[in-house]
Amino acid sequence: MSGTPATALDFPGEVVTQAHVRYVALPGVAGPLALVTLDNGLDHTRPSTFGPAGLRSLLAAADEIEAHTPAVSAIAVTGKPFIFSVGADLAFRSSLRDPEAARAGIHAIGELGHAALRRIGEGRFGGRKVPTFALVNGAAMGGGLEVALHCDYRALSSDVTALALPEVFLGLVPGWGGTQLLPNLVGADRAVTIAIENPLNQNRMLRAAQAFALGLADVLLEPADFLEEALRWAARVIRGEIDPAAARAPVRRGQVWADAVARGRALADAKLHGAAPAAYRALDLLALAETADRDTGYAAETEALADLAVSEELAASLYAFDLVQKRAKRPAGGPDASLARPVTKVGVVGAGLMASQLALLFAQRLEVPVVLTDIDQARLDAGLATVHQEIDNLLTRKRISPDKASRLHGAVTGSLTKDVYADADLVIEAVFEDLAVKQRVFTELEAVVSPDTLLLTNTSALSVSDMASVLRHPQRVAGLHFFNPVAIMPLVEAVRGRQTDDAAIATTLAVAKKLRKNAVLTADTPAFVVNRLLTRFMGEVLAAIDNGTPVEDADQALEPLGLPMSPLVLLGLVGPAVALHVAEILHAAYPERFPGTEGLGRLVAAGKTSVYTWGPDGQQVDPEAAELIRSAASGDTPVLTGEQVREASLAALAEEIRALLDEGVVAEAADVDLCLLLGAGWPFHLGGITPYLDRTGISEKITGRRFTPPGVATLS
Amino acid sequence: MFQSARDSVRDVVFVDGVRTPFGKAKGVYSETRADDLIVKVIRELLRRNPALPAERIDDVAIAATTQTGDQGLTIGRVAGILAGLPQSVPGYAIDRMCAGAVTAVTTTASAIAVGAYDVAIAGGVEHMGRHPMGEGADPNPRFVSEKLIDTSALVMGQTAENVHDRYPTITKERADAYALASQRKVAKAYADGLIQPDLAPVAARHTESGWELVTTDEPPRPDTTLAGLAGLKTPFRPHGRVTAGNAAGINDGATGCILAAGDVVEELGLTAKMRLAGFGFAGVEPHVMGLGPIPSTEKALARTGLSIDDIGLFELNEAFAVQVLAFLDHFGIADDDPRVNPFGGAIALGHPLASSGVRLMTQLARQFADRPDVRYGLTAMCVGFGMGATTIWENPHFTGDAGATNGRSSANAASAAANAASTAARTPGRTGGAR
Repeated sequence: MSGTPATALDFPGEVVTQAHVRYVALPGVAGPLALVTLDNGLDHTRPSTFGPAGLRSLLAAADEIEAHTPAVSAIAVTGKPFIFSVGADLAFRSSLRDPEAARAGIHAIGELGHAALRRIGEGRFGGRKVPTFALVNGAAMGGGLEVALHCDYRALSSDVTALALPEVFLGLVPGWGGTQLLPNLVGADRAVTIAIENPLNQNRMLRAAQAFALGLADVLLEPADFLEEALRWAARVIRGEIDPAAARAPVRRGQVWADAVARGRALADAKLHGAAPAAYRALDLLALAETADRDTGYAAETEALADLAVSEELAASLYAFDLVQKRAKRPAGGPDASLARPVTKVGVVGAGLMASQLALLFAQRLEVPVVLTDIDQARLDAGLATVHQEIDNLLTRKRISPDKASRLHGAVTGSLTKDVYADADLVIEAVFEDLAVKQRVFTELEAVVSPDTLLLTNTSALSVSDMASVLRHPQRVAGLHFFNPVAIMPLVEAVRGRQTDDAAIATTLAVAKKLRKNAVLTADTPAFVVNRLLTRFMGEVLAAIDNGTPVEDADQALEPLGLPMSPLVLLGLVGPAVALHVAEILHAAYPERFPGTEGLGRLVAAGKTSVYTWGPDGQQVDPEAAELIRSAASGDTPVLTGEQVREASLAALAEEIRALLDEGVVAEAADVDLCLLLGAGWPFHLGGITPYLDRTGISEKITGRRFTPPGVATLS
Repeated sequence: MFQSARDSVRDVVFVDGVRTPFGKAKGVYSETRADDLIVKVIRELLRRNPALPAERIDDVAIAATTQTGDQGLTIGRVAGILAGLPQSVPGYAIDRMCAGAVTAVTTTASAIAVGAYDVAIAGGVEHMGRHPMGEGADPNPRFVSEKLIDTSALVMGQTAENVHDRYPTITKERADAYALASQRKVAKAYADGLIQPDLAPVAARHTESGWELVTTDEPPRPDTTLAGLAGLKTPFRPHGRVTAGNAAGINDGATGCILAAGDVVEELGLTAKMRLAGFGFAGVEPHVMGLGPIPSTEKALARTGLSIDDIGLFELNEAFAVQVLAFLDHFGIADDDPRVNPFGGAIALGHPLASSGVRLMTQLARQFADRPDVRYGLTAMCVGFGMGATTIWENPHFTGDAGATNGRSSANAASAAANAASTAARTPGRTGGAR
């Protein structure tokens, strides 16, 4: 047990969510309903959260309600406009630096949360039970949703878009009753969906209708007069005219419950391979909830919460969360945003797959005319057809309205000549990855466009500066490197060439923001950040295979990290030809760290698109591909085990990140992590990667120092 | 000639009316938007009248005196969209200051009468806490240079003092006694549950104290005494007669009603609470704007062929006690006549400018239901800048009971007794008035 009594918890920076109480007379009901409003006094851009003072305010509200005369008939809890409550204030955990104090503090706030939520939600005052209602008028996440789960009945406003138990996403468990109450309300399988599956899928949130369908609420009401109608509904429940509980689907126990937990474990294994503990702890608690009484279940929740609070995975997650919430919004090292020039027309050179995706994205987000050019009519037609087909697909899926589709169809046109770019403010090239070809394209463009038209390249590895070197106005050339698929991947690398000026970078960053991409500003070094690191990493795996390690052993060696996919599956996704192109450029630049690419070359020469084949038995190693990677020269060094491959890969990563930072490719290690989180989907529990390399001692062992001081992204 | 698919003027029926509870400025609605208030009213109207398909509504006319901010953007249109009406239903904004909602009713009623509309929503909203009287006003200097109006016309309390000047027999004591009676009648109407059924509850946020559910009017002061009233300041003139106690307050609120053609009421099975007999607007000297209801009522009576003795119930807006008393004196009605404001009036309930007209109608409609002996009732109110607005309504529940107490209302009793509005509509002499 903790040595910190809940009442003594202190959090000086807390933005306190007050629990205000008003009393509402309901027709035909003896005694008023106590209406509790959770409100931190600020607008919806600062959602109400719970710290220790907020929880004590909830307890004080319960005391006030208990003492009220006449005795209340019911309790209802609601939130300020647009926000019910988004749960625990994460800053409370961050305020506790010393791990021992953190464990005690989290243990205490776990107990305080249980006490406060139970006192309001259970509605037992002096031996009397009154019905309790959650009138969920806005976003309800984590502890906020747990407030609602504690109540007897729930009404939900149909406009709410953020309902979730996101704790597992961050590296925690729903620890204020969520794991115990949820499965006993909606059944274990739906609880696994809400508390495990959604958090592990990029923290997916539920919309009101989905939450209602899953049984999270008893009634769905329109937002225009939500609170008025919710109170009318509550009055009918209190008067006994309707019984929402009777309408709920019965919860099935036994095998069904066990199957649900097993499904959750399979999901967690597929995503994490055991790499982070939170999902597994949450599953244990969901399993416990089948039979445990509330006290037992809650005690277990608090233990899990306290354990996880002092886990390295949580420390890395909170760091990663902060990066994607804050640093991703304002690229480090960017010039004054006011330097950005307006973009009213866009050109896309090339009509291949990447060019088509770029054309659609620019048209959709910038809402300006976009002209594709290609020197070949058939290729141009095919590229345009791809864009227009994709617009129709968006319409069919009701992602856009017919008017918007019409606008987009009209916005995207094609031309065989570049003179259409005379009045374009931005032209991006997505032609073949060859320096001479790109230089020729830019030279042709410069003959047509104005001197400050921004020229962008979507190159994945070539030098932006070299491309610009042949121009009269090289200062307006920058890189904007997208990731495939363009519509989905949130990262872009904005590349500043040697001569790129601030206006060009400011415009590039402004465009990236309008495209709703998170930009990381990088220097013009080969393959920038993501491709450089992934290539280095993959190079170690390929080298091991080349040297005799079985493909499966080498490729599965990284599983304990819980990466979204194995290196060779990624290779198949990227395409061996693209990977080879990048690898060759890196080999040329840094031959000592990026050794030969012969294996990859043989794979490409043989026309292999992956090391794996997919058949009725699932993913299988293609023996021909495996053989192609292996060179005749192997055998003179010992064959690495899977574990050794992992060590070598991580050491290589640490070395490469240090080299990259020393070259000044990005401002800080945080930007490297941001790139891996958003560009490669690397998990929060690794914090990107540098927190993991720091906490495992790899960075110090390989590079002689850490990337980040202790306590920032790691426990200590 | 107006071309209509129909060859005659149609009956206009008051189907139903509701309002928000009224609040004091800076009171219960201090953090509630004006457009949200009118939205609650429209939704409550639709909820109470499920037989009315929303797509049958031809227009939404909402009045506001200050048409800016949350009362701007063509409030009738935005309110319709915010209330969830189909986007095919249009809307507009209306302004005639205090008679805004009345004008919304008469304008849409006229469109129904000539066959341009079948159904309309008419109402008003005024959030005087967010939009103080005269906000953004920029009076033309010619008013002063050419002495077009007395400058006191711009201050409503001063116009009320001016009415006292004109009619010295209307003393402060009479005004205070009238005000006290208004407070008492409201208290009794509340106790009898006559006000509450037509209120749409409003959830009002308070950042510092949480949401509350507003279900009753905030302004009434049931503990008012004559002694207390006598001691109040006269803010518009030293040793004057007009006080906060014998005038309506500064208030927030919204009202609305459903109007429909008589044949559409039958087609859809809607309720018929009142039938519009006629209306009148008139102007007076702006510095005695409180006298406006006198000529507007004379006009409405003349156009409908009725006399003041035909009117069994009066819903008079109490902007100031003095202007109500001037009206009563003009028509020879006693200060405490039971036909006048039986549920009390604006002195107690409040007067959120452009919304008040429909409150009068809603209260008249409720009285009609309980008074089959009454055939006609009227609403009247004074309007800033010297105007009056009067509407006259016929009671569909009228039975022509021989025991009727209200004078000449039995004149056409025999025919009207047979049926309610639809039959009565074809009675000669009344439709003539509406034409």
